[in-house]
Amino acid sequence: MAVGKEIRTKIKSVKNTQKITKAMEMVSASKMRKTQDRMEMSRPYAQRIRRVISHISQANPDYKHPFLHEREVKRIGAIIITTDRGLCGGLNTQLFRRVITELKGWQEQDVEIDLCLIGQKGVSFFRRLGMNIVAQTTHLGDTPHVADLIGTVKIMLDAYGEGRIDRLFLMFNDFVNTMTQQPHIETLLPVEPMDDSQLQDHWDYIYEPGARELLDGVLMRYIEARVYRGALENIASEQAARMVAMKAATDNAGEIINQLQLVYNKARQAAITQEISEIVGGAAAV
Amino acid sequence: MAHIHVDIVSAEGAIYSGDAAMVFAPAKLGDIGIAPRHAPLLTSLRPGEIRVQPVEGGDEETFFVSGGMIEVQPNRVIVLADTALRAHDLDEAAALEAKRRAEEALRDQKGEVDLATAQAELIEAAAILQAIQKLRKRS
Repeated sequence: MAVGKEIRTKIKSVKNTQKITKAMEMVSASKMRKTQDRMEMSRPYAQRIRRVISHISQANPDYKHPFLHEREVKRIGAIIITTDRGLCGGLNTQLFRRVITELKGWQEQDVEIDLCLIGQKGVSFFRRLGMNIVAQTTHLGDTPHVADLIGTVKIMLDAYGEGRIDRLFLMFNDFVNTMTQQPHIETLLPVEPMDDSQLQDHWDYIYEPGARELLDGVLMRYIEARVYRGALENIASEQAARMVAMKAATDNAGEIINQLQLVYNKARQAAITQEISEIVGGAAAV
Repeated sequence: MAHIHVDIVSAEGAIYSGDAAMVFAPAKLGDIGIAPRHAPLLTSLRPGEIRVQPVEGGDEETFFVSGGMIEVQPNRVIVLADTALRAHDLDEAAALEAKRRAEEALRDQKGEVDLATAQAELIEAAAILQAIQKLRKRS
């Protein structure tokens, strides 16, 4: 029967789309769990390294490393982490909105801004805005490594060390839970003073080679660890957002299929009724 | 017997945690052996092997680190291992690479505009094709 051929084709195509979105949803769910595990694993390192910094700065109160020293702000740097791929709902847009508000605040105070971008979406967005981009890294994949971030971070650390920027921010989407991801902005440099109250075990360390050289290395690794954590948070957020977006898409596809099925059934019934009445009419005429 | 608690962690995950009779590490100024009640020490590591001697005797466990830090307290050793080989030159190269990418992308800006126009044209052409096909079917 020729009735509703277009509708049937349409239903089939929507069904195929639904299969894809369903698969993407499940892939994202599994990737999200894996990233959460990685976040958990990176935690001990960050805690330990932070304690080492507190120890050193407490043991050498007279020496102030430039990274710990606050100064007047004339130019800021921002490391912005975004996703590489789309189809993750309003995740990036939400971050951009927050970032733009923040940066505008600085621009009104005549502060210049250097950007360092991680992720393809951020690169396209901020390039279109014509911002000053000093470094970029894209396509980190689902399992980023600290090694991939070293270069990007170093540019900003060097700029700070040489006094080209006076403050460094890190901006990314914070993974709160599956349903909530929040744009998050934190200050990387100067490193805010630590809460030393829980440092009961104060040791008089032997430093080899010297406290200053060590502090340099430790601080650099500390910042890298924080950026790495930001990247992980952002990936977890991306997967969670994609999962939710794809779930919505799958549900919507189901709804469309239902509606189309209804239209198709109606058309089919109308055609049958018409045929019967034609036959009856023909028989009566005989 | 006295023992020390050893933690080896890297930014990407915990590598080892357990008690040991003695630990050997490749410190910057020469290899060190750490026995229980060692004086507090903080030093950086060269790439090399960390050897952990278990309390009950038996085989040593060895871990390769590409550098990092070691923090020693009388009954505790914490190794903050690097996940990548670090050297000033290597870091410098990575930094230059990131910068180059940004500059290159800036130069390619025109290319991207062209791409956007091309994409728009492609979409238009596809729409026209579709319309033609529909018309053909109807006739």
